[in-house]
Amino acid sequence: MEYVDSLTGFRLDGRRPNDMRQIRGEIGVVAKADGSALFEMGNTKVIAAVYGPREVQNKGQQINNQALVRCEYSMANFSTGDRTRRPKGDRRSTEISLVIRQTMEACILVHLMPRSQIDIFVQVLQADGGTRSACINAATLALADAGIPMRDLVTSCSAGYLSSTPLLDLNYVEDSAGGPDVTVGILAKTDKVTLLQMDSKLPIDIFENVMQLAIEGCKAIAQYIREVLLENTKLLESRKGL
Amino acid sequence: MEQRLANTWQMTVNERKFIEMALAADLRVDDRGPFDYRPCTITFGRHFSFTNRVGGSSEVQLGETRVMSYVTSQLVQPYRDRPNEGTLSIFTEFSPMADPAFEAGRPGEFAIELGRIVDRGLRESGAVDMESLCVVVGKLVWSIRVDLHILDNGGNLIDAANIAALASLLTFRRPECTLGGDDNHELIIHDIEDREPLPLIIHHLPVAVTFAVFGEGNIMVIDPSYKEESVMGGRMTITMNSNGDICAVQKAGIGISSSVIIRCLEICAVKAAEITSKINHAMESFNDGRSIQYPNFHPVDVAIQDNLPDVIMDKKQIENLIGHLAALPLDALDRNSNKSGAVVVGTNTRAKFENNQARDGVPFYSPSNWDPYPRKLCSRLARSSLKLSGLPEDVEEDKVNTTQSVTVECGLEHTKGASSSRALETPSEYTTVEATSQYIKAPKTLKDAVKIQNRKMRK
Repeated sequence: MEYVDSLTGFRLDGRRPNDMRQIRGEIGVVAKADGSALFEMGNTKVIAAVYGPREVQNKGQQINNQALVRCEYSMANFSTGDRTRRPKGDRRSTEISLVIRQTMEACILVHLMPRSQIDIFVQVLQADGGTRSACINAATLALADAGIPMRDLVTSCSAGYLSSTPLLDLNYVEDSAGGPDVTVGILAKTDKVTLLQMDSKLPIDIFENVMQLAIEGCKAIAQYIREVLLENTKLLESRKGL
Repeated sequence: MEQRLANTWQMTVNERKFIEMALAADLRVDDRGPFDYRPCTITFGRHFSFTNRVGGSSEVQLGETRVMSYVTSQLVQPYRDRPNEGTLSIFTEFSPMADPAFEAGRPGEFAIELGRIVDRGLRESGAVDMESLCVVVGKLVWSIRVDLHILDNGGNLIDAANIAALASLLTFRRPECTLGGDDNHELIIHDIEDREPLPLIIHHLPVAVTFAVFGEGNIMVIDPSYKEESVMGGRMTITMNSNGDICAVQKAGIGISSSVIIRCLEICAVKAAEITSKINHAMESFNDGRSIQYPNFHPVDVAIQDNLPDVIMDKKQIENLIGHLAALPLDALDRNSNKSGAVVVGTNTRAKFENNQARDGVPFYSPSNWDPYPRKLCSRLARSSLKLSGLPEDVEEDKVNTTQSVTVECGLEHTKGASSSRALETPSEYTTVEATSQYIKAPKTLKDAVKIQNRKMRK
């Protein structure tokens, strides 16, 4: 199957290899949570809710010099093409939860909040490839909305390599083609890679290209997230009457 | 490490600071270089005997870390979206015996992460060939299950588990199964006594190399020990094969710059090649041990022989050949206790010949599947040899290739006659005849006893 048309250079959904899908971020979608956000990347829709910092619920897990970060990733039953009941603790969800937790933990200033707990809940509403990245972007927005001190914004994007071309931001069809899928998460200003995952096989030099492409995508998302946060702050200011 | 659990051993502040400061000065507590692996030994299952030749178990010791791996196989229904591929699944067992931080029962986060990393490296990179595990498309495929048991946690479980999984997959043999029965719909799983079990087809060896990150993300060391793991800021695992292909990358946690990542990739390429050669070395010594005991046993990496060219002989040559065959002692004609049970000629030969040819991954010259009369058969030759062996002449005519130049395939090369026959203008490959003729006296099984009896009775 041709993932990049040889004549026009368009992908299956009409994008160019370096084009990302349309992104949209919204803050404050879950009223009860301390911070929440909705993030869309093309057809992938994800909601993140953050509770914290609050008292540790399981005293056995308390850490005395820093905050405890917990994360739970789940996909809604209706998020994919076929409506299937997903077991809560299945291996893929556990792994993604672990990965998101470690990524966010690296950017939250946890030593400012000892003996407390920060919960991040991420729910996938619509899955069309790149759910991991959308979850991290949504979590960043939600953490910022909750006012939790962070080192930097963490943004994430995926890239692949199909039909001998590096492609940015794979959708579900491209993802399930069996080609390599590189997911990168970076700290936007300091340009440090916090998340890097890859599956399938790639030679080293091509991997470097694909990773660089994904990093570019992450920076573009960081730009957008900053704008969303600025607008949200302006809105809050106007509401307060400043 | 799961430092948050209350029942873990906590590292003292002194020890932590000591390790961090030492690493900042490029020193490791166990006096290794930053990119040195601990000594690694790979051992294979001890209960390897003639009755249990399926292999498939290995134990790896990397420094103080010990991991054991078992491979088993089962026939199952394939996934609906991949009806012609087998399945490979990795399961991990983290018992509290290895580390009190591990909880008995359900695997914790790290156990699942380890399983997923090994799984990605092996399955999604295409290391194990899945299509060869298909038996009946859409109905039956082989499901390979790898169980990784952590026996002792001395740090860097991912690398050790990966090596163990590779070693056990390389030595695993699955039973051969063919379609047979009256209408070719019955599945016969051959007992390992009847037919040699087959190895898995493994295209490349993905080796995992784990880096531990310290400091601000600028200090990287390979193969962290248990104490280093408690102190580390984060971890990065790169799975690579010796061809320079990256099979999987897993990194989450403290940020590192992309230039450091590139450097780690280069270091990983070197380390992966080292470990691959170590695994191959261990495999070789294991296979040598196996083949000394069981000469019919085939190591995994034997090259597959393609179709050998037909031998085209004219009538005179055939005459000579028949003369030679007549002079042969009966033994030589009685092909070795051919595991396929191929009788010289008989009513069932057609199916058996097909099976012999259809079997893949088995070298043609090897003694155990060696077939004296492959598909094309010269009727005269067959009949004359029948007269010698005294069996009923029920060669099926339609099997015979009755073209002008009668072609007789390489089955002839085993005969002593062939080597001395000047009439045969064979390519030089057939000089291996001398070697192969020795193998005719292969270990006998019960089937030989039965055959000999028949001949005596008819005579």
